[in-house]
Amino acid sequence: MNQPRAPIIESAAQVLARREVAEGIYRLVLRTSEIALRSAPGQFVNIRCGESCLPLLRRPFSISRVEEDSIELLFNVIGHGTRMMSSKQPGDTLDVLGPLGTPFGIAGNYEKAILVGGGLGIAPFPFLTDFLMKEKKEILTLIGARTARQLTEQYLRNVRVATDDGSKGMKGTVVDLLKTLVDGVKLNRVKVFGCGPTPMLKALSAFASASGIDCELSLEGDMACGMGICQGCPDERTEGKKKYALVCTDGPTFNIKDIILR
Amino acid sequence: MTKESFSIRGVEFKNRVLVASGTFGYGDEVKHLVNVNELGGICTKSLSWKPRDGNPPRRIVETPSGMLNSIGLANIGVHAFIQEKLPYLKTLNTAIIANIAASSIQEYCDVLTLLEQQEGIAGYEINVSCPNVTEGGLNFGTNCDMTRQITARLRPLTQKPLIMKLTPNVTHISEFAKAVEEAGADAISVINTLIGMAVDIQARKPKLSTVTGGLSGPAIKPIALAKVYEVAQVVKIPIIGIGGIMTAEDAVEFLLVGASAVQVGTANFIDPGTGVKVAKGLRAFAEGQGLSDVGQLVRAMESNVQFSVIQSWL
Repeated sequence: MNQPRAPIIESAAQVLARREVAEGIYRLVLRTSEIALRSAPGQFVNIRCGESCLPLLRRPFSISRVEEDSIELLFNVIGHGTRMMSSKQPGDTLDVLGPLGTPFGIAGNYEKAILVGGGLGIAPFPFLTDFLMKEKKEILTLIGARTARQLTEQYLRNVRVATDDGSKGMKGTVVDLLKTLVDGVKLNRVKVFGCGPTPMLKALSAFASASGIDCELSLEGDMACGMGICQGCPDERTEGKKKYALVCTDGPTFNIKDIILR
Repeated sequence: MTKESFSIRGVEFKNRVLVASGTFGYGDEVKHLVNVNELGGICTKSLSWKPRDGNPPRRIVETPSGMLNSIGLANIGVHAFIQEKLPYLKTLNTAIIANIAASSIQEYCDVLTLLEQQEGIAGYEINVSCPNVTEGGLNFGTNCDMTRQITARLRPLTQKPLIMKLTPNVTHISEFAKAVEEAGADAISVINTLIGMAVDIQARKPKLSTVTGGLSGPAIKPIALAKVYEVAQVVKIPIIGIGGIMTAEDAVEFLLVGASAVQVGTANFIDPGTGVKVAKGLRAFAEGQGLSDVGQLVRAMESNVQFSVIQSWL
């Protein structure tokens, strides 16, 4: 958890491209070589969506992919800030702070990485996939979505899908899908990486710990600063002297052994 | 050259812009982003005798032009501060103000006495106004006699500047200001956060784990200005204005209504360099006005109005 971290940089990033890749889901490509060079999978950036006081705070986004001097973000429009982000045009600049947080633990003895994403929880997986491939890990990616229309599989490997409405893949949750697939797999050779809404992460965490699978999650937290100053994003630790870890600096990636999901 | 510095009880601050407690950590978190030596001073995260875990999540809610927080004074405790944070802070060329929070008068005294034995601390800011803890905090800050007693008990323990940070969550903040001035405070920080809340209408539950929290940011600036103005009518000691400052122009407003200096708070969460930018902008504004000293802006508001609601009950 205490690996040395690259210094945080504030960058005026230029929007290179913006695409709606699925219903209400946008991919934004930003040129920021300083951040692109220093980022690792699981880390995030904190972005000022505009220049006024509405919204006041930056918005955190997983780094979805890095290509040379640019980073990519994948997000859906939830509120005022993300709506402003979705209307950015190539040539616009954004004030980006990053890279922030602790990356996924990619090294290890496991052979097979299972990436489990609920909804936009898949956002950090393209970047993670690139690194896992360099490490010669076998990859299986499971995506859960409400409907086929809100699904994007771009830059992901070996994808299986579950949808709430059954419009694509298995009808059910992504954790149900995982359960059907891990039957017969030697679980000590597996590491699961999960990201998505809290109820899904709880289900994933419960299944992984019951099955003895090594599992890391990427969490969200309501934060003001993203760099450990505001102390706004605690998550309870399972043990240790300090009761809380901070999602922004100790996370957003945590091993399920280390934290309690509420 | 327009003069930027000012002093409180003989301690010189290189300019009139400090960063507010709890919005700048212990200075080391942002050292790659900001030249902290260009700040007038740094108020540390509140320090208590023992470490405090703080409140359960959710601790932060954004509101229009502001934010609610309910951190609950999470801090590493004064002993760890001395061991782990003060060595770095000592190397900085800016005034380090140790902010102290406590749940008893004795704890305030103990923390201050321990810090008195250390080098590198320019002065103390006493938080009697945190709205997010069950013991101490607002119990002290909303009780004028208690606020006076804390000031009087701490005064003989130090020759360094003693700054009392007051809450706006009272009917007449000026009564508290008068009390701490009489009890020997060297300066007053005005204001801490205002009690506020936000509700999740789907869940029909408060958004914050503690139901209410402290409102900060540009949303509270007009209130903070009125409180500084009110306090300035009744005290002679310097006032440090706090509340929603995002720009140098905001800081000028605070100086004009009576603040001798300002603290930048919530803006640090968006841009930790805000304090430095405000300090530079403040100097540029004073220069543009042909002033030889930024201090000439202090209490320099011109008003022909003979009656204000504030003055009517003072």
